[in-house]
Amino acid sequence: MKTRRIEVRDKKGIYDAVAEGLKKDILDLGIKSVKEVEYIQVYTVRGNFSNEKIKLLAQDILADKVSQECNYTGGFKFKKSKNIRSVEIAYNPGVMDPVEESVVKAAHDAGIKDLVSATTSKKYVFKGPLTEDELKKITERLLYNKMIQHVVSGREGQKEVAPYKFERVEVNLLDATDRQLKKISIDGQLYMSLIEMKAIQEHFRSIGRNPTDCELETIAQTWSEHCKHKTMMGAIKYNGKYFKNLLKETVMKVTKDLDKPWCVSVFKDNAGIIRFDSKHDICFKVETHNHPSALEPYGGAETGIGGVLRDPMGTGRGAKPIINTDVFCFGIPTVSSSRVPKGALHPKRVMKGVVSGVRDYGNKMGIPTVNGAVCFDERYTGNPLVYCGNVGIMPRKFSTKKVSPGDLIVAVGGRTGRDGIHGATFSSAELTHESETISSTAVQIGNPITEKKVLDTLIKARDMELYDAITDCGAGGFSSAVGEMGENTGALVHLEKVPLKYKGLKPWEIWVSEAQERMVLAVKPSKLKKLMAIFESEDVEATVIGKFTKTKKLKIYYKGKEVSDLDMGFLHDGLPGVTRKATWNKKKEDKKALPAKRKDYTKDLVNVLSSWNVCSKEWIIRQYDHEVQGGSTLKPLIGPENDGPSDASINRPILSSYKGIALSNGINPNYGDIDPYWMAASAIDEAIRQIIAVGGSLDRIALLDNFCWGNTDKPLQLGGLVRASQACYDMAKVYGTPFISGKDSLNNEFNTGKKTVAIPPTLLISAIGVVEDVRKTISSDIKKAESYIYVIGKTFQEMGGSQYMHSRGKRGGVVPRVDAKKSVRTMKKLTRAIASGSVISAHDCSEGGLIVALAEMLFSGGLGAEVSLKKAPRGNDITRDDVLLFSESNSRFIVEVPEEKKKAFESKMKGVPFGLLGRSKKGKTLLVKGLKEKTIIKANIDRLKSSWKAPFKKLMHEEG
Amino acid sequence: MKKVKAIILRTAGTNCDKETAFAFEKAGALADLVHVNVLKKDKDILKSYQIMAIPGGFTYGDDVASGKVLANELKSSLKKEVSSFVKSGKLIIGICNGFQVLVKMGLLPNTTSSGGLNTEATLSLNDSGIFTAKWVYLKKDKESKKCVWTKSLPEVIHMPIAHAEGKFIPRNEKVLASLKKNGQIVFRYADSTGTLSGFPHNPNGSIDDIAGVCDPTGRIFGLMPHPERHISYLQHPNWRRNDPDDSTMGIGSKIFKNGVNFARNNL
Repeated sequence: MKTRRIEVRDKKGIYDAVAEGLKKDILDLGIKSVKEVEYIQVYTVRGNFSNEKIKLLAQDILADKVSQECNYTGGFKFKKSKNIRSVEIAYNPGVMDPVEESVVKAAHDAGIKDLVSATTSKKYVFKGPLTEDELKKITERLLYNKMIQHVVSGREGQKEVAPYKFERVEVNLLDATDRQLKKISIDGQLYMSLIEMKAIQEHFRSIGRNPTDCELETIAQTWSEHCKHKTMMGAIKYNGKYFKNLLKETVMKVTKDLDKPWCVSVFKDNAGIIRFDSKHDICFKVETHNHPSALEPYGGAETGIGGVLRDPMGTGRGAKPIINTDVFCFGIPTVSSSRVPKGALHPKRVMKGVVSGVRDYGNKMGIPTVNGAVCFDERYTGNPLVYCGNVGIMPRKFSTKKVSPGDLIVAVGGRTGRDGIHGATFSSAELTHESETISSTAVQIGNPITEKKVLDTLIKARDMELYDAITDCGAGGFSSAVGEMGENTGALVHLEKVPLKYKGLKPWEIWVSEAQERMVLAVKPSKLKKLMAIFESEDVEATVIGKFTKTKKLKIYYKGKEVSDLDMGFLHDGLPGVTRKATWNKKKEDKKALPAKRKDYTKDLVNVLSSWNVCSKEWIIRQYDHEVQGGSTLKPLIGPENDGPSDASINRPILSSYKGIALSNGINPNYGDIDPYWMAASAIDEAIRQIIAVGGSLDRIALLDNFCWGNTDKPLQLGGLVRASQACYDMAKVYGTPFISGKDSLNNEFNTGKKTVAIPPTLLISAIGVVEDVRKTISSDIKKAESYIYVIGKTFQEMGGSQYMHSRGKRGGVVPRVDAKKSVRTMKKLTRAIASGSVISAHDCSEGGLIVALAEMLFSGGLGAEVSLKKAPRGNDITRDDVLLFSESNSRFIVEVPEEKKKAFESKMKGVPFGLLGRSKKGKTLLVKGLKEKTIIKANIDRLKSSWKAPFKKLMHEEG
Repeated sequence: MKKVKAIILRTAGTNCDKETAFAFEKAGALADLVHVNVLKKDKDILKSYQIMAIPGGFTYGDDVASGKVLANELKSSLKKEVSSFVKSGKLIIGICNGFQVLVKMGLLPNTTSSGGLNTEATLSLNDSGIFTAKWVYLKKDKESKKCVWTKSLPEVIHMPIAHAEGKFIPRNEKVLASLKKNGQIVFRYADSTGTLSGFPHNPNGSIDDIAGVCDPTGRIFGLMPHPERHISYLQHPNWRRNDPDDSTMGIGSKIFKNGVNFARNNL
């Protein structure tokens, strides 16, 4: 077997975008000595092939004849000089590199059948007087992540892994002391508490034997916070109140109380299902992938979106993913490197990696990403949050599933490797500066094309009704998927049948591996042949790995030897309940905590528009394909220049129909610092009002909850969580908007070695609305001059957590409240006003308040306005212009009403507070008069727009 | 009236197949989604179609280079069938990834009309280095009269792009000169008035602002923008600002109609 190296690089004179981008990043590090960068793609191929074949492979397939040149005789030569240094980066053994498979396929297609395998690496050549230290800095900060890659030194050996030789391993629990139990949990990365370990010990004492390693791993995975949600589903004592099951008594209860006939399946399946039209249901799920993204942002985010896509695919008998949404929380991207704690990556690097991960996976799966948000706070530096969500659609008859004894267990899709082992249990751990060394197997790289192939074939098989149930392999791998599917029946699995990426995996590793792109089906034996033919026809691997039984036992074998004989009852219901303590101390909210008054607030408006939380996220949005599938009818960026911020997005999943899906989100961690109750209430109001603003209706809105919290073993953290959950119940009840699914990620803390930094309590509320007729929906860009501009809803002095206070370096203040009953009245009237055509643009007031909403509408539409605050409905306590401009009170909208509709609009809105601010104007000037009729803002809207765009343009070195 | 049949070729990573089929059906054709494995097994089925479309997506992950692995596969296994499809005067359209496939196979631009499938151009990484999704204005080249797909289109049209590798580079000056001489340049990126004005209107750094080309016969057409994403005014980003009208907004449908009508009248 020969090993040959093929190098490919751009020809001289061709603009090398990779190298040029890298040059800018190097300058960002403060390194000025690099004059030139050259990027070389390296392929190392193995097989018994002739020189002719290598030449063919290099010149015809791997290199582009027009723009590239190649070398297949050992690599491009460079002058020996201390001013020329190079680094080569390759993937670690066992990390999936999707390109390898494609190279092998292309070679075989071209008749080079002797090629056995291929690996890739990237070589960077730096020219200029850079030092060894500078090279090291560039390599570590920009070129590779040791979680998944390494610097190639010398020749890469092809490591032959020894095959696994079976050995039954039992863990001695029967005689273990408490200390030993704790040690077993920690050393095995099981992250189980002593109480849990003791319950397992007791169970095995009762059956008179020790558990196998596989059994213990299965229990740890099934009982993990990630899979079981034992905090939110557990008992909590809170300020004299007792919850037996927090989630069931708040978030889930409201859905039961509301009992909407269009809710098809809630909190049961992999995603919540609601009715779409007479023939289709839609489902929605949002997940987090925080800890993996902290360690390896690209792979973490990629597998985050890849994972959440498998949720709709595994809901009912399978839905087709049609819309993506993503919400991120990062540290401040301009922070100096010296302030980034050891073990954490720089927030800019995290952001770039996360965005590319979501981009590559979402785009390659062919799913439009149309909605999202990004929050910035320094406490996310060590523990960023990555929320990925997806909506799927399916014919109504496929909304259910059923596993029966005798059904075969079929694994479909990607092969199993050591990747992602302990992902489920690891997500319960606190991140530390050592996480990168301990948890590297929990980090994975995805292959979207494998998942796309699985999706294409699954939909075909579903439509032919070739399987009865399906679920995805997510956290916990087969253990979770088969364990859940077989909960009420029993299952028998032969692990040696599972296709592996490489040899050497122990049975328990196969069982809990979280390798990506895998689904599990329950199939009637009579339908197996047809099913397998479908997978085979599109090169998708599928294997029967066992069958569902009626024993209520989880029996696992490896080459005929038993490695698990677990009682399903104990596995799913044996988790010991504990009562957690929660408390809450109300924070003082000082109304007087305001900055000094000013005569003119133009500069403050500019400051708020160019703050990280408010500024344009176009750099991110444009990297996502939001048009694929053809259904996008209200895009994330709007206005004549397509660059203004939109509220909810709207998609038409069925191209021959006018029915649409509106998607939005509400999130504001700044409020959580003051009171998680009002943070949750505000997030709910925000998500809903965005759908109302585009023309949606309260009649058909459903919600998702995604809690990301610090360590809830701390009573104060848990108290905040209780308050947020209570708000979910209280608000959703009044709005009439059921929760249909949700998720929580607790323990989002980062230990720097000196102290623990908890993220701010962060609740993401995602809202989905069914829109009857998209032709009646509106966008937020101002449409024409001389329209009337109104504010709807009352402004109060609620400056706590506001962007304005932040921009003026102030803390404290009153956090925005929600009066849900009044809000509902406002929203219902506005929905009718929009439907009747009297409102042609609407935007909700959120971060930055009334003036930011108005400015955004104007610069999106390219028009000016003359307005006065005088008629803005407000609380009696408001006497200051800046409070009226920037307060972030909920349930408010700015709307544009054409001249001829003034009367109609005003009569439609009778009974709710609204006030005429002024009129839109030709030209580019925004003129605002204050309560005393004096000019307090005079600004050019184009300049406001460029300030709003400036932060990302500067950060990413964009022109213009 | 005879139904025109279009084959929408798909494989691992194709993702605009359904909306492309929808666009052809709306234009009056019968559209079949056919996996390349099926076609490789039964090569003769290609004969029953008058139009072949290679839709957008990321075939084989765009690994190695966009469209490269599928181009290599088609060249290796279906060269004869595709050649005779072309020779019999039938139509081919490649959109986005499909355009990349046609260029990397050598079916486009094919300035010398040789059957030899020479590589005369490429589509490479955008100058920005990243994937970009946005709406762009396209100016139709007055000389592109032969292109059957773009007959009677207005001079400036609006369409979305979504790609990372869309920078069109002809192999040399001679190829570029031939493209111009033969009237093979169909669309150029421009501003809303139709003026060629570089970045950001040219979103990827394409040489001569080229967004779409046809072969010398005008029957094989490839473009980076997505006409199938603009076949209804409801897909246009600013239908709420103008009079929604499917004849100007939804302009992409015209391209599919032109192809289907040509096939109906001539094949």
